[in-house]
Amino acid sequence: MTPDLARRNRRVALGAAAIVGGMLGLSFAAVPLYTLFCAVTGYGGTPVINSAAAPGAADGRSITVRFNATTHPGLPWQFQPGQTAMRVRAGEEGIAFYTARSQAAGPSTGISTYNVTPEVAGPYFHKVHCFCFDEQTLQGGQQVEMPISFWVDPKIAEDPNTRDIGTITLSYTFFRTLADAERAGALAKAGPHAGKWSEADPARPTLTR
Amino acid sequence: MATASHTHDTHGHGDHGHHDHTPGFVARWFFSTNHKDIGILYLIFAVAAAFVGIGLSLLMRIELQSPGMQIFASGQAWNVAVTAHGVVMVFYVVMPALIGGFGNYFLPIMIGAPDMAFPRLNNISFWLLVPALLLTVGSLFVGGAGTGWTLYPPLSNSTYQAGMGPDMALFGLHLAGASSILGAANFITTVFNMRAPGMTLHKMPLFVWSMLVTAFLLLLSVPVLGGAITMLITDRNFGTAFFDPAGGGDPVLFQHLFWFFGHPEVYIMILPAFGIISHVLSTFSRKPIFGYLGMAYAMVAIGVVGFVVWAHHMFTSGISVDTRAYFMAATMVIAVPTGIKIFSWIATMWGGSISFKTPMLFAIGFIFLFTMGGVTGVKLANAGVDTILHNTYYVIAHFHYVLSLGAVFGIYAGFYYWIGKMSGKQYPEKWGQIHFWLTFIGVNLTFFPMHFLGAQGMPRRYPDYPDAFAGWNLIASLGSYISVASFLVFIYVCWRTFTSKEVAAANPWGEGATTLEWQVSSPPPFHTFDELPRIR
Repeated sequence: MTPDLARRNRRVALGAAAIVGGMLGLSFAAVPLYTLFCAVTGYGGTPVINSAAAPGAADGRSITVRFNATTHPGLPWQFQPGQTAMRVRAGEEGIAFYTARSQAAGPSTGISTYNVTPEVAGPYFHKVHCFCFDEQTLQGGQQVEMPISFWVDPKIAEDPNTRDIGTITLSYTFFRTLADAERAGALAKAGPHAGKWSEADPARPTLTR
Repeated sequence: MATASHTHDTHGHGDHGHHDHTPGFVARWFFSTNHKDIGILYLIFAVAAAFVGIGLSLLMRIELQSPGMQIFASGQAWNVAVTAHGVVMVFYVVMPALIGGFGNYFLPIMIGAPDMAFPRLNNISFWLLVPALLLTVGSLFVGGAGTGWTLYPPLSNSTYQAGMGPDMALFGLHLAGASSILGAANFITTVFNMRAPGMTLHKMPLFVWSMLVTAFLLLLSVPVLGGAITMLITDRNFGTAFFDPAGGGDPVLFQHLFWFFGHPEVYIMILPAFGIISHVLSTFSRKPIFGYLGMAYAMVAIGVVGFVVWAHHMFTSGISVDTRAYFMAATMVIAVPTGIKIFSWIATMWGGSISFKTPMLFAIGFIFLFTMGGVTGVKLANAGVDTILHNTYYVIAHFHYVLSLGAVFGIYAGFYYWIGKMSGKQYPEKWGQIHFWLTFIGVNLTFFPMHFLGAQGMPRRYPDYPDAFAGWNLIASLGSYISVASFLVFIYVCWRTFTSKEVAAANPWGEGATTLEWQVSSPPPFHTFDELPRIR
């Protein structure tokens, strides 16, 4: 192999290495970018959070907001909305409550994920204050009311994709935070979650291996 | 395709072997830097892995032969077998055979290069695959990974898949990915820098074009898989939460990352077969390939568009209507360059003087089966239809028609086309034909009924099913037994070939075979070209 060819080969190989490094970097960069993309575009029903106060009702149009609550089995809470639905006028701030009661003996910490359905309504649903922005810690047996305040942008009536929407469902899923789960050792005691396992089954997952 | 000729006499190259000193056994096969030897190692590796992959599929079809649980202990054990079958077939059978095997052996010869650009890197590429396969197979003995080859969390989280089986399988994928990336960089460098004088890009044989596009797809997509499974491993073992909502992650992000790799991956598996089929059809029709440039750039187009259609695997993962509309339209666009290839292959045969030798039978079988899989692919590309058919046996039928039948028929076509060249001994034609017909009948009997099962709503990834699905499942199982028998016939063909006394000529196929490998002896000398050929 002539030195010239070796040099050209090295150059192409370096280019290939740069492509590989770039794609590997992009795959990790996708993690924050994906969150950012959803927050900016309202993709997947991501509402606008920490937004300014409501502009005030402009016209008489009103929208039904329904409330949904789910709790991951790993979190020993009873979590439910204080009301199934309420009607708000577009541009007007609404306040709703969720109730959470801990069934654990000691303190437990949860954090929730949230979105709205229909997903296209995401960019028009503003949350001013929400329990979901922070981790929540409940003492054993404690019950709390969790408030949210929100408003629906009147522009929802101008967008052809959203102007037919009369009902928006707001959904929360509470998870035990990883740090809390680790503290409580809950994962180690969680036992098998899915399906029926026989004791003799060699493929049975054992969590305390 | 370019017609090439030597400016010097190549006859008797291997016989008196000036400069042709072959190293000893250990140095030749374990420390090999020779592209032909490494190619053969890859092919042996692929056949060995095929025993595992086919064995698993046989177990699966025995289980599904009739309703109720037959031989698997649980759904988890079933999923472990499904996963291992998929991973072994994709990463350790099809890719090593098509890319590592035929690619390594014939790409340098076809462009008149003395060897690959980085021979030692080539050696590493192969030997990374061996521990990768051992890890994947080893994981079966420590609980296995019941995740499906798609590895979606939360199913692949440590909560639902405990133990080190999934970690071993994931690390095996890391090694296989590293092997593919190194191989791809090597192919790209070889094609760009090592072509013989006169071998311009637009004179390169189509197999070389297909390998070039494949290498770029590997380079761009495999690192994303590497990143995604690295995050999965840290999620499982080190308390991160890339894909865990409890820590602010999103499991759907994994699906996006996986399919950004996974969709190009299916073209990685089929493009080299496209290249082989073009050569075989042209050779046995005694005509140059129809629309050479269109064929080359159709592959480039498939490669490019293949990167922007990934979410059609996720139509039911909760993506918006507009997103679905885009991915649906983009997916259907791929039918255009694919159609160009299918019609150009048919036009190549049109008016040709066709001889139906075994490679040609496999090539025509490929066109038939690949077109069938392509048509069901267009059907599945419709987001609305896919909502019904997602995760049913219709999808299984679709991707086995394009991959299991398409890519594997490509491998067999390449094997029969080139085995004389590689071994210096010609295969027994009668047994080759028996192998073809047995395979063709077996695989169609296995997979065609799955269309019906899928359309009736039989879901995938379950070891049991309601009685209503019993009939077609029995037929599919019978078909799979014929397919397994045909693989044994293939092994017999190999044995007959290697023990044959019949010496293969430098060019046993006559005037239709125009690429450079037919102008050197069979097998080619250890150092193929003493002097670089000059392409007219």
